[in-house]
Amino acid sequence: MTTTVTRPGALAASGHPLVRPDAAKHLTDEQVEELGRELDAVRDDILAKRGATDAAYIRRVIKLQRSLEFAGRGTLLFSKYKPAWFAGTAMLSLAKILENMEIGHNVLHGQWDWMRDPDIHSTTWEWDFVTPARSWQHTHNDLHHRWTNVIGKDRDIGYNLLRMDPDQPWKPFNLGNPLYNAILAPVFEWGIALYDLEIPEYKEGLKSKEAMNRDLKAVGVKVVKQFSKDYAATPAVAMLTGSGKQALYGTLAANAIRNFWAHAVIFCGHFPDGTDTFTEEEVDGETRGDWYVRQMIGSANISGSRLMHFLTGNLSHQIEHHCFPDLPSNRYAEVAVRVREICTRYKLPYTTGPLPKQVGSTWAKIFKLALPPRKAKTATA
Amino acid sequence: MIRFSKLARVTAALTTPLTAEDFLALFNPVYSSRQLRGIVTRVAHETEDSATIYFRPGNGWHAHQAGQWARIGVELDGVRQWRSYSLSNAAGHDPAITVKDAGAVSHVLVRDTKPGDVLFLAPPQGDFVLPEHPRSLLMLTAGSGITPVMSMIRTLIPRRPDANVVLINSNSTPEKSLFREELDELADQFPNLTVRHWFTSARGRLQFTAKTIADLCPDWRTRAAYACGPEGFLNDAEELWEREAALEQARTVPNVTAGAEAEASRTGTLTIERFSTDLTAGAGHDGGLVTFEQSDREVQADGDTPLLDIGEDAGVLMPSGCRMGICHSCLVPLRAGQVRDLRSGELHNTPGQLIQTCVSAAAGPVNLDL
Repeated sequence: MTTTVTRPGALAASGHPLVRPDAAKHLTDEQVEELGRELDAVRDDILAKRGATDAAYIRRVIKLQRSLEFAGRGTLLFSKYKPAWFAGTAMLSLAKILENMEIGHNVLHGQWDWMRDPDIHSTTWEWDFVTPARSWQHTHNDLHHRWTNVIGKDRDIGYNLLRMDPDQPWKPFNLGNPLYNAILAPVFEWGIALYDLEIPEYKEGLKSKEAMNRDLKAVGVKVVKQFSKDYAATPAVAMLTGSGKQALYGTLAANAIRNFWAHAVIFCGHFPDGTDTFTEEEVDGETRGDWYVRQMIGSANISGSRLMHFLTGNLSHQIEHHCFPDLPSNRYAEVAVRVREICTRYKLPYTTGPLPKQVGSTWAKIFKLALPPRKAKTATA
Repeated sequence: MIRFSKLARVTAALTTPLTAEDFLALFNPVYSSRQLRGIVTRVAHETEDSATIYFRPGNGWHAHQAGQWARIGVELDGVRQWRSYSLSNAAGHDPAITVKDAGAVSHVLVRDTKPGDVLFLAPPQGDFVLPEHPRSLLMLTAGSGITPVMSMIRTLIPRRPDANVVLINSNSTPEKSLFREELDELADQFPNLTVRHWFTSARGRLQFTAKTIADLCPDWRTRAAYACGPEGFLNDAEELWEREAALEQARTVPNVTAGAEAEASRTGTLTIERFSTDLTAGAGHDGGLVTFEQSDREVQADGDTPLLDIGEDAGVLMPSGCRMGICHSCLVPLRAGQVRDLRSGELHNTPGQLIQTCVSAAAGPVNLDL
């Protein structure tokens, strides 16, 4: 084969990008190459250890999630009694959070494909989220994870809605930044479904009409199913006990709670203070080591207890997830120890902090970038 | 069951994107029509390194014909592994496989399986089955090659007095001979079964010459023959039948008009069952011939170019994504052959396995289901 196009699959082990990001300027080509080898070794170690205990873990989580879903929805059928409403809503919210994050997100990344279980596989999984799994896999796994934080390539920087980076040009529309984000949080799953349709790409002619029609049809079918499950079928059955209205409030609340939580966690992945964004020059000629560097300095972790990590679907280990998106999530905690040590040794930033701090930092950025850049800054930029 | 499936359709409104079965599986793992499973009901040890595993299959299984095989899946260190095994019991009875401890999967099946365990299953299949109309038969088996033939004998002998079967069964020693006692008992009880044991430790390898076979079964030429055993055994059998057919042809050519008569005296057919598929495993970075089955394209690939690039350059509509092995958008099932993961050097050669084409290269011939 004589193809000369550089493709990430064949990222060179040595060399350097046109421009190396500021945070990694102090590293020589050889150091970056060595860093790449060290991170490859981390991955290989986990692959060697991965086995029956990991398989048992994901099956346990799926069993827990389904039990919660079953019990939660069942309890909501009697939600005219206040304690039943609270218990049912709490269990269903937790079930939805686990389903989307520790299970759905990670299964759809192919983290469990190695088990060769067709029921827990990235090509067959569908989730309790409005956007169809296949659409999300395209914008998330393919585009976002490949072009992490590259301005102009990774549309996850603000999801076409928010101005999330000073290098994105300011428009008067951006004055509404905080308002849009506040509205987005409780309806996050609908925002993602809309985002995954890639309407701007369609308008720019980057997406064909056939692809658009296919995606619209897929999302339409999914919307009907999701909407009728939570807002028609469940309340209808609950009407048998005179709890129809309460059950509807319960499912609405459960979806909103899941949306708030997912929105908060996901916005902590790349937006808190300390994360970098990149120009296209900085990825041109990127080596394997440079690719790892970009993932590490472009992502932020959330520190906390084991329960916290579990509830975020281990997205609290965003840095590790971005370096190794298809390693099983239960392994990120041990990977984190080694990645952090590597960052310290190579004097690279490793951004982490407790949830309130990271959420606060994200909101501060949303407020700040709602306003136009000050004159002095634009002059130097 | 019909009522159950109707109910499932109604409850799907409440369970989407899952199904009612997914929730029922919380209580009983066999409730899944997406994945056929069976519960092990009994494990009987046959020889020191083999066992028969009886199981009760769930929905989706169909009754086997004598001589057929089924794919059996077990999990080894968390990874689903599939192998094919002949069903050894009579048609019409609960299925059972007889397994010899000879590899990672069969080792687990023979040593660690206990009643209550779950096996993953695919419905029985195979053309190594009894002829439609009864006629005299010659069975040639070696080692665990007896398993499908055992099913045929168990099905035929007790029920069909008009059957006539001669079995030549080759094993290294009497102790290692599967079903030896049962076969001898059946032969004592039913005159329509003759069993000829051949022990290689005492008599050496069974030679497929007209004379040796005739010594064991004088009328072998008139019988429909079935053979199952290791590759060498089957090749030898095939050669003998081909030689005989060629001789036959030479004799009958001058006498074309006596077609019907020639037909009657012609050597019987030989049906064979191979249980090891010949995988030509290429080594290292040699690459190999890549066949895209559905697209009907063949490309000679080197051992370092991702299969995704090979396919795209050949004009195959390849699913693709990140092109660096992280997004799993490019998965394609492997039909046969072997690929190498360009990142780790790891080799993959399990048929049915999904291959990340963007980071996998040919390591020998590769057949992809695309």
